[in-house]
Amino acid sequence: MAEEPERKQFVPRIIPPRELFAEGNRACQGCGEILGVRLVMKAAGPQTIVVSATGCLEIVSSSYPDTAWRVPWIHIAFENAAAVAAGIESGIKVLRRKNKYTDQRVNIIAFAGDGGTADIGIQALSGAVERGHDFTYVCTDNEAYMNTGIQRSSSTPYGASTTTSPVGKKSKGQNTPKKNMPMIMAAHEIPYVATACPSYPYDLLNKAKRAIATRGPAYLHIFSPCPTGWRHPTDLTVEIGKLGVESGVFPLYEIVDGKLKLNVRLEKRRPVIDYLKTQGRFRHLQPEDVEDIQRRVDAGYQKLLRREECDSFKE
Amino acid sequence: MAKRTGLEVSLAVSEAVKMARAEVIAAYPITPQTHIVEELSQMVADGELDAEFILVESEHSAMSACCGSSAVGARSFTATASQGLALMHEVLYIASGLRLPMVMVVANRALSAPLSIWGDHSDVMAERDSGWLQFFAETGQDAFDLTIQAFKISEDHRVLLPSIVNLDGFTLTHVIEPILLPEQGEVDAFLPSYEPPSRLDPQKPTTVGPVGFPEIYTEVKKQQNDALLGSYEVILEVWDEFEKSFGRGYKPIEHYKTEDAEILIAIAGSMAGTARIAVDGMREEGKKVGLIRPRLWRPFPFEEFRNSVAGAKALAVVDRSLSFGGQGGPMCSEMRSALFPLDEKPVVTSYIAGLGGRDITIENFRTIVSDTERVLEEGYGDEYKLIGVKE
Ligand SMILES: Cc1ncc(C[n+]2csc(CCOP(=O)(O)OP(=O)(O)O)c2C)c(N)n1
Ligand code: SF4
Ligand SMILES: [Mg+2]
Repeated sequence: MAEEPERKQFVPRIIPPRELFAEGNRACQGCGEILGVRLVMKAAGPQTIVVSATGCLEIVSSSYPDTAWRVPWIHIAFENAAAVAAGIESGIKVLRRKNKYTDQRVNIIAFAGDGGTADIGIQALSGAVERGHDFTYVCTDNEAYMNTGIQRSSSTPYGASTTTSPVGKKSKGQNTPKKNMPMIMAAHEIPYVATACPSYPYDLLNKAKRAIATRGPAYLHIFSPCPTGWRHPTDLTVEIGKLGVESGVFPLYEIVDGKLKLNVRLEKRRPVIDYLKTQGRFRHLQPEDVEDIQRRVDAGYQKLLRREECDSFKE
Repeated sequence: MAKRTGLEVSLAVSEAVKMARAEVIAAYPITPQTHIVEELSQMVADGELDAEFILVESEHSAMSACCGSSAVGARSFTATASQGLALMHEVLYIASGLRLPMVMVVANRALSAPLSIWGDHSDVMAERDSGWLQFFAETGQDAFDLTIQAFKISEDHRVLLPSIVNLDGFTLTHVIEPILLPEQGEVDAFLPSYEPPSRLDPQKPTTVGPVGFPEIYTEVKKQQNDALLGSYEVILEVWDEFEKSFGRGYKPIEHYKTEDAEILIAIAGSMAGTARIAVDGMREEGKKVGLIRPRLWRPFPFEEFRNSVAGAKALAVVDRSLSFGGQGGPMCSEMRSALFPLDEKPVVTSYIAGLGGRDITIENFRTIVSDTERVLEEGYGDEYKLIGVKE
C-alpha cells in the first residue's frame, strides 16, 4: 500500500491557522479545487499576490462586493493568468529598483483550471516560464471546464463522460488520453514541477512551499476532485483523491532541477476500477473499457518509474 | 533647451517613451510598429532606460502583462498594429474596465484578409468602443508630444483610463521628420512619477477584477463612461500646461483655412498633410474649401466639432476604414449623428479612401470636393463612396 509521503516542514501543529482564502466562498460542497487552493495559500502566507484565470475558483471567490481573498488578488481573463503574473513580477522588479515598492519578498501565484492551463492558456504559460519570471503557477485540475458546465478539456481522462464528450451510441465519452501537462512543463526545464492532491495535505503544503520558495518559474499541478462534474458524493472528495493516487491514475511526483522523484511509491497499486466506480462520469464503462484504462495507467506508471530510475543517475 | 533633430518618427516615439520614463514595456513585433520596440529594446539594453522589457510571446500577453504591471503601479507601455491590436481586443476592454492607465501606440495598418502590412485605420476603428482614450497624430512632433501627454492624462486620478496614440503606418512611422526633443528635466517636471490611488500590495490587500452581477454592472459601466467623458477637461488642462511648458498648443480638432469655408474636408492622421496642399490648390482657384483634422477621437469632442463646422455648407468626411454593411465610414457616422439634432447643419458626404496603404492623392481630394459640390447642387448623394476604385 501507499507509503505516507515524507513530512518535511509541515506537521499538524505548525500549519498556519489563518485562512488567507476565506471560509465564506461559493464553491460547491466537497469541492476539491478549493481544498487545494486553501492549502496553497497557507503555504504562501500573507506576503502574496494572487492572479486567477477565469474559472470556478475566480467565480466562487469574487462576487462583488464579497471577496474570499485576504491577499491582493487580480483577475483579468481566462487564458492569460501567466502573462498577468509576468507583468506583476516585472512591475514590482522595476519599482523596487526605484524604491517605489516594498523590499520584502512578495510571492506571486497564478491559479488556473485545467482548461485555463492545458488548453486556452498554454501559450501564455509557456511564454512566461520560458522567460523565467519568478512566480508559481498552480493548475487546479478538475479534468473539465467545470465553470461552464462540465465540458471536456484536453485534461479530461479517456473514457470520462462530459457534456461535450457525452456517452452515446457511437461514443464512450472522451476518446483521447489526458494531456500530460506536468511533463510539458518539465520539458521547459524550469527549476520546479510537481503534482499534488489535497488528499495528501502535507505533501501538498510542502510542495507549495517549495514551489513558492523557488527562484524562477515553478509549476504545481493539483488533482482536484469535483463532486459536481465527476458525479460523486460530496463526502468522498478526499477518498477519491486518494484512490486516484493509489491506483496510479494520478501519481504524485516532483521534478526538481530536472530530476524526477515519486513521492508516493506504490509497491502494489490498487486496480483502477476501485477509482472509476466511485464516479458517475465513468459509470457507462464496460469491463473491456476498464481493462483498456488499466493498461494505459500501467504503461504510464511504468514510464514514470523508469524515468525516476534514469534520473537517479543524474548529478 | 529643446533641440531639433531629424528622426524617424518611430524612433521619436521610442524617445518619448524613454523620456516619459516608462517602467514596464511589454510588446510583440509587427510591421509597421517594429522600429518602436526595437529601439526601446536597445535603450533598455544600453541602460539608457531603466525599464523591464517583457518579450512576450503574443500581443494578447503584451496587453495582459501591461494590465498586471499597471495594477502594481508601474508606468506601462506597449505598441502594436493591425492583427496585433485585434489579438489584444479582449483585454483592451478589461484594461479600461479595471481603470488601468497605460499608453499604447498603434502604427495603424489594415486588417487581413487579404493580408496587408500597409496603412489604414481599420485596426483602431474596430477598437472604437473599447473605452480607451484615442488620439490621432499627424506629424512626428504630434506623435512625440501625444505619447508624453497620454501618460499624464491616463494617470490623472480623475481619469485612470488607458490611451491609444494612433500613427499612420509607414506614411508617418517610417518617415524622417524634424523633431524638437525637450530636455529630460523639462519632461520630468511635466510628467512626474506615477502614483496610483491603489495598487496590488500585500500590506493593503484589494480584490481587482471580481464578478459583477446585473445589480452592479450598469453602475460600473456608468462610472467608466463618466471617467472617459470627464477626461475631456483633463485633456484640455494637460494641453494647456504642455503649451506653457513647451510652447506647442494642442486642440481636439485642428483647423485649416476654415473661417470662411463653405466646404470642409475632415480627415484624421497623416493624410491631412496632403489634404492641406489640396485645399491650398482649390483656394487658388477661388473655391472656399477648408480642413478639419480631429486629433481627439475618444472621447469624441462633440461641442468642439459642432462649433468647427458651424456655418459651412457641406462637410466631406474621409475615412480610412470601411464599416461593412453599415454607413461606410465610422468617423463619418459619428459626425453625422453629432450634427443630427441641430437645425442648422452642413450637408454631410462620406468617402472611403486610403485603404490598405493606397495613397490619397491631391486629385482624390479634388474629386471628393467636386462630388460634394454636386451633392450641394443636386441635393442628394450616395450614403458613402469609395474613392479611386479601379473598375
Ligand atoms: C476567451 C474565453 N473563452 C471562453 C470562456 C468561457 N469560460 C469561462 S471559464 C471556462 C472553463 C474553465 O475551465 P477550467 O479552466 O478547467 O476551470 P474550472 O472552472 O474547471 O475550474 C470557460 C470555457 C471565457 N471566459 N473566455
Ligand atoms: S463545479 Fe467542481 S470545481 Fe467548480 S466549485 Fe463545484 S465542485 Fe468545485
Ligand atoms: Mg477544470
